[in-house]
Amino acid sequence: MMNAVSNPRQPYENYHEWYEGQDRARLIAKSKEAENLFRKTGITFAVYGHEDSSEKLIPFDIIPRIISGREWRKLAQGIEQRVIALNAFLDDIYHKQEIIKAGRIPRELIERNEAFLPQMIGFKPPGGVYTHIVGTDIVRTGEDQFYVLEDNARTPSGVSYMLENRETMMQMFPELFHINKVRPVEDYPKLLRQSLASLAPPGCSGKPRVAVLTPGIFNSAYYEHAFLADMMGVELVEGSDLRVVDGKVKMRTTRGYEAIDVLYRRVDDDFLDPLTFRPDSALGIPGIMDVYRAGNITIANAPGTGISDDKAIYSYMPEIVEFYTGRKAMLENVPTWRCSEEDSLKYVLEHLSELVVKEVHGSGGYGMLVGPTASRKECAAFAEKLKARPSNYIAQPTLSLSTVPIMVNKGIAPRHVDLRPYVLVSDKVQIIPGGLTRVALKEGSLVVNSSQGGGTKDTWVLED
Amino acid sequence: MLGRTANGLYWMFRYIERAENIARLIDAGLRMALTRSGSSEEDWDGVLQSAGVREDFDAVHATLTSADAIDFLLRDRANPSSVMSCIDSARNNARMVRTALTRETWEATNECWIELKQLLSKRAKPADMPEIIDVIKRRTGLIRGAFHGTMLRDDIYNFSRIGTFIERADNTARILDVKYYVLLPAIAKVGSSLDNKQWESILRSVSAHRSYSWVYDGDYSPANIADFLILNDRMPRSLAYSYDKIVTNLGYLARLYGESHAAHDTASSTMLLLRSRAMEDIMEQGLHEFIEEFIVYNNRLGEEISEGYRFYR
Repeated sequence: MMNAVSNPRQPYENYHEWYEGQDRARLIAKSKEAENLFRKTGITFAVYGHEDSSEKLIPFDIIPRIISGREWRKLAQGIEQRVIALNAFLDDIYHKQEIIKAGRIPRELIERNEAFLPQMIGFKPPGGVYTHIVGTDIVRTGEDQFYVLEDNARTPSGVSYMLENRETMMQMFPELFHINKVRPVEDYPKLLRQSLASLAPPGCSGKPRVAVLTPGIFNSAYYEHAFLADMMGVELVEGSDLRVVDGKVKMRTTRGYEAIDVLYRRVDDDFLDPLTFRPDSALGIPGIMDVYRAGNITIANAPGTGISDDKAIYSYMPEIVEFYTGRKAMLENVPTWRCSEEDSLKYVLEHLSELVVKEVHGSGGYGMLVGPTASRKECAAFAEKLKARPSNYIAQPTLSLSTVPIMVNKGIAPRHVDLRPYVLVSDKVQIIPGGLTRVALKEGSLVVNSSQGGGTKDTWVLED
Repeated sequence: MLGRTANGLYWMFRYIERAENIARLIDAGLRMALTRSGSSEEDWDGVLQSAGVREDFDAVHATLTSADAIDFLLRDRANPSSVMSCIDSARNNARMVRTALTRETWEATNECWIELKQLLSKRAKPADMPEIIDVIKRRTGLIRGAFHGTMLRDDIYNFSRIGTFIERADNTARILDVKYYVLLPAIAKVGSSLDNKQWESILRSVSAHRSYSWVYDGDYSPANIADFLILNDRMPRSLAYSYDKIVTNLGYLARLYGESHAAHDTASSTMLLLRSRAMEDIMEQGLHEFIEEFIVYNNRLGEEISEGYRFYR
């Protein structure tokens, strides 16, 4: 919130003035009120492996993270460039593979990757769109320095928190929205529905019918699936509701089977179609891939998009962006060592205590090592894992992430954050002004994942 | 509407209804225990039977004590019909059909679950029982209120109502099935204080001890009690009332969807059975047989509904 000389940074000026006039006890009471509101609404997520507390609240911090219009425009341009490149890259590797032929990416990195689906080769999804919804993870390290951490092009989650956080803030502090011009995020469900419907498959006649596919109530993001279906006004379906009938994917209703044209699936590729992928999947729909290839359903995001946000591919993103857009990437990549390469592995093992080491296919902050905060024993144990399967890991330097203020019992204190703006792709790219700010609630911590004790806060993009 | 959604609504409301009914049974049991001097194990045996969990109880407990019986009915998750299990299941179903519910109905269900989970986290002390029973009734009442006040009267509403009344009819029939013998004229010694207690307990377990006095001028007789619980279509927990509601809601569905199923015939003929018979007639031909037959029909109706509206297939 503050600049180097302890004055509020420009976007925070109005907020800061308001904050100075507030009674701290009242703000702390408001924090509690927010928590009760979330619990009552049932905005929870499930933590795998916790038997007793299978449903948790993500802690919510009442101090908004504020981004100026100028900062946002710069970010948005960079994100748009990256998302366009991601789609071009996917189209290329499933068709002509020019980027491989040009020697910019090793062939085996693509073709031996589990996220690469041979079933998608030669197939063009409706509208040529692969990544209908993207959630780009971004961190800030300096006034004008942003890095992309991950591209999240499969099924990015968390957008319900973006919406509920804003709703909660507007309910609790309506006056703040009079003194600040905050760009709205609440159109997201409407835009999402329009965006999905605009990419109906060729076989759809009439008004496209959209549905959200969830693995079910025990999935960690179930609340979000139900929330989005409800806000969009579309059916929330499970694999067991769907079946292929007469070449269409249909859902079992109280009056018989009815066709679905666009499926926003929140189920991983592996589980989508037991006839094509994992045969033991009970979450998917047998035969949906045939319907897809015949042009009778749109699957969002397209199967096989995971290859584009794979951590092993990530380090090639600067080349990928330049290859497809003809311009240098506007947003920077975090320097990344691929442990599969001998020199890199050597460097990583020698500098473990300075680096963050992640599993190539991991997510949710599991199975990673944060060198600077790990004990010597933890580093040594991790080195063994690393040596056993080097190609399973990448390493990055620990960035000096920006901090924003959060509310603690003694007042406010700085904590590290990241930012996940949400992007919708159809015949245009729409970036919702705002996003999900995740905050590492533990002092000094750099891990923002909700499964590891992270929280969230409302994210404001100002109109200026 | 998805068949799975119809199924979820139906069961959500069955479980809410069941939780409330179990609380009512416990309440009646506690009352019996208060007003008699000797051992009350026999009463709890009857309560467990009325709740349909006597065998489940024996599988977990070697002997029957009132404390164990109460705990089993209230909070044992090994008992799928305990109040806590019912509220768990109701909320899981509500989560599954979240998009079909108004925010108010969902929040009332979620808050019911949050409060009961907290309240029933430990074995209840006898002194806390009135408060616990009260919270269960109040919380389920709030769900009902939110539901009636905010839900659109469409197929979502109809499936929810059908679930409520199939469960209610089943509960009332079970109580009669277990207690029918106290209503038999041959055994009943009219006016004896034990019988009066037994009859009052039956009425209490369907929250009808006050309304009964109004309708039948305070005249306790087995035939009148049976009439109230079975044939009186103004008594909200009677079989006749429940079937009136079931037939009405099924009728809406038939008109909305333009088709009817085997369930419609079963419901109509069961209602006819309840409307065309006089109580003396039923008593003469055998109360017990009548109740048993009813339970079979009611179960069949549940199956036919799940079949006709594609709950599972």
